[in-house]
Amino acid sequence: MEKRLARYIWTHTRAQQLWILLVVAISMVPYFLSFDLPKQIVNGPIQGQGFDQPGATQTFMNISFDLPWLGPVTLFDGIDLTRMQMLFALSLVFLALVIVNGLFKFYINTYKGRLGERLLRRIRFELIDRILRFPPNQFKRMKGAEVASMVKDEVEPLGGFTGDAFVQPALLGGQALTALFFIFMQNAWLGLIAAVMVGVQAVIIPRMRRRLLVLGRERQITARELAGRVSEIVDGIGTIHAYDTSNYERADIASRLGRIFKIRYDLYQWKFLVKFINNFLAQLTPFLFYCIGGYLALQGRLDIGQLIAVISAYKDLPGPLKDLIDWDQTRQDVQVKYLQVVEQFSVERTIDPSIQAVAIEDPGPMKHPLAAVNLSLADDSGAKLLERVSVQIHPGETVAIVGGAAGGGDMLAEAFARLTWPESGKITAGGDDLLELPESITGRCISYVSADTYFFYGTLRDNLLYGLKHAPLKDAAYEGSGAAHRKWEINEARMAGNPDYDVNGDWIDYQAADATDREDLFTPVLSVLDTVQLSKDILDLALRSTVSPNDHPGLAEGIVEMRHALREELEEAGLSSLIVSFEPGAYNTEATVGENLLFGTATGPAFIGKAIAKNAYFRSVIGRTGLDRAMFDMGYSIAENAVELFADLPPDHPFFQQLTFMTADDIPEYQLLLQKLQGKGFDAASEDEKGAIIRLSFRYIEPRHRFGLLTPELMAKIVDVRRQFHDGLPESMRGDIERYDPDHYLASASLMDNILFGRISHKHSDGSKRIRSIVSSLLNSLGLLENVIDIGLDFNVGAGGKRLTAVQRQKLNLARALVRRSDYYIFNRPLPGLDHRLQDEIVRDVLKLVRRDGRDPAVVWVLSNTALSSLFDRVLVFDRGMLVEDGTHAALVENNGIFKELVSS
Amino acid sequence: MGTEMLLKDEVQMLRRVPLFSNVEPGKLKLLAFTSDRVSYDAGEAIFHQGDTGDAAYVVLAGKADILVDSSTGPIKIAEVETNSIVGEIAILCDVSRTATVQTTTAVEALRIRKEHFLKLLTDFPEITIEIMRVLADRLSHTTSELSEARSRARKAE
Repeated sequence: MEKRLARYIWTHTRAQQLWILLVVAISMVPYFLSFDLPKQIVNGPIQGQGFDQPGATQTFMNISFDLPWLGPVTLFDGIDLTRMQMLFALSLVFLALVIVNGLFKFYINTYKGRLGERLLRRIRFELIDRILRFPPNQFKRMKGAEVASMVKDEVEPLGGFTGDAFVQPALLGGQALTALFFIFMQNAWLGLIAAVMVGVQAVIIPRMRRRLLVLGRERQITARELAGRVSEIVDGIGTIHAYDTSNYERADIASRLGRIFKIRYDLYQWKFLVKFINNFLAQLTPFLFYCIGGYLALQGRLDIGQLIAVISAYKDLPGPLKDLIDWDQTRQDVQVKYLQVVEQFSVERTIDPSIQAVAIEDPGPMKHPLAAVNLSLADDSGAKLLERVSVQIHPGETVAIVGGAAGGGDMLAEAFARLTWPESGKITAGGDDLLELPESITGRCISYVSADTYFFYGTLRDNLLYGLKHAPLKDAAYEGSGAAHRKWEINEARMAGNPDYDVNGDWIDYQAADATDREDLFTPVLSVLDTVQLSKDILDLALRSTVSPNDHPGLAEGIVEMRHALREELEEAGLSSLIVSFEPGAYNTEATVGENLLFGTATGPAFIGKAIAKNAYFRSVIGRTGLDRAMFDMGYSIAENAVELFADLPPDHPFFQQLTFMTADDIPEYQLLLQKLQGKGFDAASEDEKGAIIRLSFRYIEPRHRFGLLTPELMAKIVDVRRQFHDGLPESMRGDIERYDPDHYLASASLMDNILFGRISHKHSDGSKRIRSIVSSLLNSLGLLENVIDIGLDFNVGAGGKRLTAVQRQKLNLARALVRRSDYYIFNRPLPGLDHRLQDEIVRDVLKLVRRDGRDPAVVWVLSNTALSSLFDRVLVFDRGMLVEDGTHAALVENNGIFKELVSS
Repeated sequence: MGTEMLLKDEVQMLRRVPLFSNVEPGKLKLLAFTSDRVSYDAGEAIFHQGDTGDAAYVVLAGKADILVDSSTGPIKIAEVETNSIVGEIAILCDVSRTATVQTTTAVEALRIRKEHFLKLLTDFPEITIEIMRVLADRLSHTTSELSEARSRARKAE
């Protein structure tokens, strides 16, 4: 990239800079006219100059020039106006000039602003474009946050400077020179004095500012490092907690902030010192004028009128001069910032832009063998990881790579994926060097997976289909204002040197995923998810989520239907006792007393959480029916039981897990409450105490807690109160509770709860596992599976996919590659987190999957489990960076070499 | 709700389990409360040989067989009587289940989770001693069976 900012700006904005210079020059005309006008108004119509006679007139708007060689030219003769008419006419001209000047200013400022913003956009894009083209080893030395802070913050002031880069010095320099010239005209000596002082300022101030620039650079680097450290803390938070090093981090951050403070304070001090000296020098000149000019005037060598003219002319000099010096300061400042950033982004061996050129067309299959030719790889320190390996992978063959931990097979896989570049030798596909082939070929024909998973913030679906988004294949359809906006976007993107690919278009290459469009993508995706054994996880994610029926038309009806199907299925299997359904007229023994009473999900402020205890309507219903007393007695018994059982246990005892309605800290409180209320009952308790006791009964489930507190009469009463509660529910609270209704979908409950519409019985130890498998097969047979998996795919995986477990991430990573049709699949120990049985199943299934529909891709699999190598056509054995054996599994076993050792160990 | 069992009934039943006969009722109630009440139909497996052991079971009602896999299929080696404990070896020794337990009648049982069971042993020495007694009993039983089997084998030679 261009190292000089001024040149960079000039190259990209030359035409606009010249235009704005012209506009500024033109704007000077009305600007100077407006200076002269007040004097004309005061002297002419107001003081009466030239209107000596009553009824005298003057000519207004006579436009004529006295041009050299051509003589006088008259464009407009003007009109004669009286004194009063003249006053109004001139005042109106003044108003017009004010407006014209304002409009010029408005235009110039917006134009300069837009110019700056466009250049900023261009620089930022260029920087990110370079990141995308950095050689892989560059990323070992970069911190993401530091790069982000460069792209985002450090180039920001460049935008503001762009508009002023050329206009400001031209304008201010012109003004300063005019003033200086005027002083010279009045008196050469005084002019010389002024010129010398200006020279002193121009030499001293920038010198003093050098220190400012050094400090500014330090400030920039320390701030960038701070950003890097903050992101390290965020990324490494697990390590920090694990080793109790949070205070070490605090100390580090505090010391950095201290350093930044010192730099900033130094900067601040210097800035104002420079300002002081600058002001002093500016004021020194008038002192010399008064002193020397006065002396000369008294001596009679200088006309007093001249002196006054010089002093008043000097008034106009410091302003532009100061601004010019400030401009120079900004220039140096942004130049340093720019250089700092550009140096960081100047990297040797960046990938040529043509290699990453967007390719809409499918490049077609890679029919040539993939070959390593005399390939050597080294790490950052220069240690050899792979030495002069030559090997060919033929299209369609399956190759297992085995070897010890530092064998080098994994490095060969990385080289095939272009993640490690050769130290010497090369990787070729046909006759071409792999690094010189466009990524539109290598990045589509070769799919690489390692254990190193990375996912982008977004949904599971976005990440799963990420490997299909090579080019904008179908433009998004825009209408009306959308189309106009898109047009504007394209235009602006071009103006700033950005590409205009539409991120809203359809980038997914359906054909590569064995589909034709979005509609039939599900089948191939599901078979991939099944292969990596991720579909069950996704189904669980979906079943646990709460979805709005409006977002998934048809789903709600399907789920409600499924409730009945599930009952029938369970009935048939003799498992109907597995779920106790919610029925409007019956008590559900497997649900809490509270659930039975409300018979719905609280969704609004009237009933959510603790609000229900304070809700006047609810209290009136349970008070009227006397249920409050019954629940109080029940809660009292629960408290007694809990205190009896747990009073002697230490608060961290694992048995407290079982105590669902209280925490260990509540025990002493209830102990006191029980003592206080002993034998007194409901009427003696205060409102708060009643609340505390009744609360316990809300969470009670008889089959689970088994205190024997629910009688058939009490259950009947609760059902009756439920009815009364719902029947009399005031209109204003209808929206605050969603009632359980066997024939309607509950928008506030999870998908699973909606399917079950009841509670799984506590009696069966593996009830929920059995239900889960029945539910998943029912979803399939009812045709709802696609819908539900779709909901699971909407799950947001979080930053870097951290909301998934490590095993899920590895499975998703593998799935992301398998979704794409490739000619070469390179699997580099992709599943280290899985146990051997699962690895075995997945490897077998993957080999089957990639060969579906008669496809014949090559598979290179770096195995962590050597035993699986018998599944492959050919086995490569690596030891200490060298390829030591190469042959079929059977041949290698015969061979009595390293492979045999590996297998037997 | 006649089949519904309550905590206090369970305490009565637990007292009949030899392992817990010396433990005071208050502690038994706590044990019952912190355990899960589970039911099985006849012919269901409570756990399988080779599973990881995460709980012990006290059979409150019903019967089950203890089966061990062999090359010729499962062999029944013992029977679980009502009021006895099964599955404690896997959680005491941290090994996978050494046998399969399959019900022969409908079974009602208390499932004591591993961490609760171990906590119980550290908190109540009387239970620990009882467990040792049961294990020692079984060991002497096994030893005598083994010596019988050996002498039989010697005779057969």
